[in-house]
Amino acid sequence: MTAGLLRTVAGRRGVRSREHVEAYVFLLPWILGFLAWTLGPMLTSAGLAFTDYQILLAPKWVALENFRHMLEDELFVKALGNTAFYTFIGVPLQITVALVAAMALNRQVRGVSIYRTAFYLPSLTPAVANAMMWLWLLNPEFGLANALLRAVGLPPQRWFMDVKLAKPSMIIMSLWGIGGQMIIFLAGLQGIPDLYYEAARVDGARNWHMLRHITVPLLSPSIFFNAVVSIIGSFQVFTTAFVATGGGPQNATLFYVLYLYRNGFQYFKMGYASALAWVLFVIILGFTLLQFRVGRYWVYYEVE
Amino acid sequence: MLSTSLKATGREFAYPPELIPNPVIWHNYVTVVEAVPFGLWFRNTMVITLSALAGTVITASMAGFALARLRFREREAWLLLVISTMMLPGVVTLIPRFLIFKSLKWMDTYLPLVVPAWCGGGAFNVFLFRQFFASIPPEFDEAARMDGASSFLIFTRIIMPLSRPVLATVAIFSFLDNWNAFMEPLIYISTREKFTLAIGLNAFRGRYSTYYALLMAASAITVVPIIVLFFFTQRYFIQGITITGLAGR
Repeated sequence: MTAGLLRTVAGRRGVRSREHVEAYVFLLPWILGFLAWTLGPMLTSAGLAFTDYQILLAPKWVALENFRHMLEDELFVKALGNTAFYTFIGVPLQITVALVAAMALNRQVRGVSIYRTAFYLPSLTPAVANAMMWLWLLNPEFGLANALLRAVGLPPQRWFMDVKLAKPSMIIMSLWGIGGQMIIFLAGLQGIPDLYYEAARVDGARNWHMLRHITVPLLSPSIFFNAVVSIIGSFQVFTTAFVATGGGPQNATLFYVLYLYRNGFQYFKMGYASALAWVLFVIILGFTLLQFRVGRYWVYYEVE
Repeated sequence: MLSTSLKATGREFAYPPELIPNPVIWHNYVTVVEAVPFGLWFRNTMVITLSALAGTVITASMAGFALARLRFREREAWLLLVISTMMLPGVVTLIPRFLIFKSLKWMDTYLPLVVPAWCGGGAFNVFLFRQFFASIPPEFDEAARMDGASSFLIFTRIIMPLSRPVLATVAIFSFLDNWNAFMEPLIYISTREKFTLAIGLNAFRGRYSTYYALLMAASAITVVPIIVLFFFTQRYFIQGITITGLAGR
């Protein structure tokens, strides 16, 4: 009997170790990719951040010089400020608009799926094409935006070409791409039982109260997810600025990654660009961890 | 955009703006296609997108399968690693990746755009697959394993045929990512004939910056395939979000 038991255990072991080997065969492409295109590059860039590397000459160790240089690099400070403005004004706005759109479209009305599609589609189209369209809409002379302003008797604006308005214009353009956030809110809204609203209505609750005490708390996991992902994405904004403004006017839309791109691929300062990348990484990581910490106090998970 | 793309040169600046162009100039599209090799760029983008898509679907599903359905000791640790790389901003690896591809002499080829997709296809896609696979009842492969089936057989004959929704979702997201990619082709591709639509469109803009009707026609050429794809595959988008429980539920 003992022998039988032993054989079963050994048999199990056999199956397990075979599964063990097979598991690594299945994981192999991902592990190779992780080593070659993620871990390796991360370590390399961490090393390069402490060097002066102009591509043609071998990297030269300069210790903390790159980071010291950032403190006196006006464009770095400018780019960081621009990106912070774009993120901390833009993301709350995106989330609010996406939430309002999701609530408006979370009804069983005929034709509602057409509107959902209309809101979602722009978030799928190439950023270059989107930027191109907004260049046209916000064209100072012939754009639709100024035509509307004129129609209601307001003075036309120079939008992307105005130092003060360029960043707000970028934020307006970013609202074009909120479809993804909206879909996540829609999925979240559909998970809230009607029962809660009915009960609240019986108790005489107003719409505003239901929004404040039912919708927002129960949607807080979706809001949290959207906030985390959007902030990570917003810090890395590149294509729209590259195409629409090229960083101008007077560096008003010089965003962080655009500045990093210039350093790396136009001035070929690979060392400085790596240092910039790591600073951005630490900033993003910091904000993500902060959000998880603060999230504990306001994100409400229903216990199953 | 479509409206402007059909306007006569000069008419796009008409005030007040016309919603329906008059006259309708379909010829703008011909002009665009004749002015720059849009047909070629379209084909290039399709080649890159489909090659990357195949790699993503195959290798990400393999990793997802191991993480969801195979029992091995370090499984949780690998899963944690996959999830943590999801959070990693792509910019950190940008410079060294460029240096690696340069030293491999892959510059101005499509390899930097395709090969990484064949190496696991991105942590997010692995995670999508793993979430879906984990929801398939364990009885399916236990029975097959009793009969001595290998993991490979279980993967190709049992799990994959049950996973059409997640396959479609990952394929669509991968298509979008690669079709819309801008920074990578911008960095790696320098020959005009090898351009993708996204960077071709940007180059086109440089030369025809005041011909808005032509610019909009060119933009429409890059956007229309996405819209067509969306209309045929709509339900998978919502499904993708439900599968991952992205909404946090």
